Amino acid sequence: MASYSTNEFKSGLKVMLDGDPCAIVENEFVKPGKGQAFNRVRLRNLRSGKIWERTFKSGESLEGADVMDVEMQYLYTDGEFWHFMNPESFEQLPADEAAVRDAIQWLKEEDVCTVTLYNGAPLAVSPPNFVELEITETDPGLKGDTAGTGGKPAKLSTGATVRVPLFVQTGEIIKVDTRTGEYVNRVKS
Amino acid sequence: MRHDDWQPTCSARALKARAQLYAATRQFFAERQVMEVSTPVLAAHGVTDPHIPSIAVPAHGYLQSSPEYHMKRLLAAGSGPIYQISQVFRDGESGQRHNPEFTLLEWYRPGFDLQALIDETVALLSQQLSQQLAQQLARPPVQQHRFRDLFATVTGLDPLRAPLADLYQASPDQLPADLDRAALVDYLMATRVEAALPANTLTIVSHYPGWAAALSRTAPDTDGETVAERFEIYFGAMELANGYHELTDASEQAQRFQSDQLRRQDAGLPAMAADPRLLAALTAGLPDCAGVAVGLDRLLMCQLGAPRIRDVLAFPGDIA
Repeated sequence: MASYSTNEFKSGLKVMLDGDPCAIVENEFVKPGKGQAFNRVRLRNLRSGKIWERTFKSGESLEGADVMDVEMQYLYTDGEFWHFMNPESFEQLPADEAAVRDAIQWLKEEDVCTVTLYNGAPLAVSPPNFVELEITETDPGLKGDTAGTGGKPAKLSTGATVRVPLFVQTGEIIKVDTRTGEYVNRVKS
Repeated sequence: MRHDDWQPTCSARALKARAQLYAATRQFFAERQVMEVSTPVLAAHGVTDPHIPSIAVPAHGYLQSSPEYHMKRLLAAGSGPIYQISQVFRDGESGQRHNPEFTLLEWYRPGFDLQALIDETVALLSQQLSQQLAQQLARPPVQQHRFRDLFATVTGLDPLRAPLADLYQASPDQLPADLDRAALVDYLMATRVEAALPANTLTIVSHYPGWAAALSRTAPDTDGETVAERFEIYFGAMELANGYHELTDASEQAQRFQSDQLRRQDAGLPAMAADPRLLAALTAGLPDCAGVAVGLDRLLMCQLGAPRIRDVLAFPGDIA
């Protein structure tokens, strides 16, 4: 893997830090009058999701991380692993619970997710921005209410709970924005 | 390659403000009988300072990181007071306030001491900062501090005496473990001290520690410490100007070049030959003088309230 000097740092670059693959979020060049230059860097640890802040002397370098994002289809879970398939090569890869942790409540079979591979193995899974899921449980609401004010909790087939308008009923399919966890609309079936 | 990024990153207003700044600067010096000069941007030698990375141009030499050496050769040749607006280059300097190519206004005043040059620089800066596209504003307040006092006021630490561990402790960020005192003090200056400077105010910092002399003279301070006859001027937290009572002693200059070489070796930087023509000019005799460099792009940022240097450059490095 190539190594990258501080003057090649830019947001999105994947590097190794303390043994973990990280993505650079922000890189700020700091230089007092005539002295040593520094780079103040914010990185997202791709394993833990945590943000790290580090300062480097300008000119130092970090090893690149063998990390890439691929689109893969979610197939099923056996309880221990969540299995994904590359729709082009049909290659299947198992992701462990740590990798799917943030996506698990949105994972529906056959949906295409972004899988971050580190050294060829799934490190993190991001669900699609929008998913369509069936409501398995919600209080019966008023038929005439279409304003969507207030709302009520609804449990979805994947286990997630979102707030929905009162007129939405059990058994209906709704579209949800997974980035905010918010109801978007009903899906006509 | 994207082809939709051919347009300038700065506004038409910023382009106009730059033109006005150059015109006003030329008028300022014409009134004071300081002569405009033009020296090479591409020359055989770069600077030896390990903290200023020059851009090498194969078979030609280096893009100049400052017009200083050539201007000093003119002074030694008897030019009298001179100024220059020039493009200068520093490898790898890129960020909110840095672009690898930027604009320096540099001038030299034979017979001036440091305070006389500080006063002239403040006159120019406050004139420019109180003028925004023909709109007259109040002149900014001015305050002046010794480096050591200012550093101690903000951090509670003496930059010359505080244990390194205390300096590390005072850092807002996790730092590399192998920094020396100069680097630690620099970092705290660039983070904590700068951030604490009052907004919309010209802050003059003088009496720098001896290790930060670069090309300035050194002298014992009233408390017996060696200080550099150097100043910087900030507007708010933005460093705008750096000035020296210039070192004229050729043998001391040669020594500093040599110690730069050793520091370059220690840091694993490529060797950089000292410019023999500058040393010859100093040997022939540089008049007693003071000189200062002002970052004009940053001055424009302050005039326009622009947060990023790319807001005042027609074409910053990434789309140049």
